[in-house]
Amino acid sequence: MDHAEAFEKFKTCTVEVLQVSPEQVTMSARFSDDLDADSLDLVELVMALEEAFDISVDESELEGVETIEQAFVLVQAKLG
Amino acid sequence: MKLSWGPSAESGRLEPRRVAITGLGVVSCVGLGKDAFWKGILGPGAPEGIRRVENFDPLVWFTPKEARRADRFTHFGLAASQMALDDAGGLEAIACDPDKSGVILGTGVGGLETLEQQLNNLRDGGPRRVSPFLVPMMMANRAAATVSMTFGWKGPCESVVTACAAANQSIGYAARLVASGRCEVMITGGTEAPLTKIGLAAFTNMTALSTSGFSRPFDIERDGFVIAEGAGVLLIEDLERARARGAKIYGEILGSASTADAYHITAPSPGGSGAATCMELALEDAGLNPDQIAHVNAHGTSTPLNDLAEAEAIEKVFGSTGPPVTSIKGVTGHSTGAAGGVEAVSVALSIENRLIPPTVGLINQDPEIRINIVKDEPMPWEPGPVISNSFGFGGHNSCIVIAPVES
Repeated sequence: MDHAEAFEKFKTCTVEVLQVSPEQVTMSARFSDDLDADSLDLVELVMALEEAFDISVDESELEGVETIEQAFVLVQAKLG
Repeated sequence: MKLSWGPSAESGRLEPRRVAITGLGVVSCVGLGKDAFWKGILGPGAPEGIRRVENFDPLVWFTPKEARRADRFTHFGLAASQMALDDAGGLEAIACDPDKSGVILGTGVGGLETLEQQLNNLRDGGPRRVSPFLVPMMMANRAAATVSMTFGWKGPCESVVTACAAANQSIGYAARLVASGRCEVMITGGTEAPLTKIGLAAFTNMTALSTSGFSRPFDIERDGFVIAEGAGVLLIEDLERARARGAKIYGEILGSASTADAYHITAPSPGGSGAATCMELALEDAGLNPDQIAHVNAHGTSTPLNDLAEAEAIEKVFGSTGPPVTSIKGVTGHSTGAAGGVEAVSVALSIENRLIPPTVGLINQDPEIRINIVKDEPMPWEPGPVISNSFGFGGHNSCIVIAPVES
């Protein structure tokens, strides 16, 4: 899966779970300020990403994740 | 409505406030809002089979994200509450003190659909696939919490969970909070969305549901209730305050009572003794004699046991030539924890329209049921105090008394 393809998939999950528009899902978008997502929203998003990418993300890895870019990097690292 | 029982009741120290109904909200199988609902319950005819609420779009009341994070019973609960608030003039016109405004909203089963979906996720994908929102979506108090958050009301916000008596008991409790002066405005009633696969299987297997699919309260051929979903909500407020702001007043809540059969988990006590006592206590609370009651809005579920026991109770309290009795469940079906709210809305509309809806579906009255039942056509009526009954699995009995208000 190339970078663009992976980000499209990531975006689809984010749009579905957070009920935001695709345009809002930019690398610099912040979950709390720009996407109105709280900690439980993030948990649900991670669950959707785990399902979509067939990966596993530990709760502790979410600490400090505040932007789309940080979350996407986390997912990409799992894809190896 | 009494604030004290026993000797202190006579001391004069406790002066109850009068409790006005100033807003109505309803989500039902015959439509959204009081106008469609009233037209529907007058008949003739009724929807067929399970009474689903069709064409309900939660996005009218929720953002897409909020809608996704709330169960259907919360969708109904907020929709009906918002309708009641709007009917009463809206937040700005009501201008209530948020600390003295509250929500008592009942339900029977809460977020059953959510629980069912998440159990499927657990089975298919393991614990990591269970939504972090399961608890706040399924909890029975969720609808009440959502209403308080939406309206910004910080007074008592609670849920009564007593099966089919939940909404009626909610109303009784909320009314007493207003009568005592603790609250000036309350949203109250009930909401229910039990029509999921497991909900239907469970009600079917306990043989509570009609196998014919016809709801026919008090009929010789009645064979169980037809299950429904929906919500019925009242906005109630201190009567003097309602008058001062020039609000339209549908009626007032004069009294309520809550008792338990302490007999059987699903069957009513023999002869409807628990229901009779509850009606008598509600009358005492309202300060009325049985002959002052002008109409009974019955629980009338169309089950063999309930309708006979309730009729016996009504006959015991009011005699066989007592006030006209109706059950709107011939049309609405039985929305379990929402039923008392839906029926309180129908009582308010009966007072407003000076008309009692007929018991649709009743063709041949069971000869063992010797009460005066309104059937075939709506009955023109000089409004007077009404007693509205709800009884729930668990032996819960609840009666409220609603009366017209002098202008």
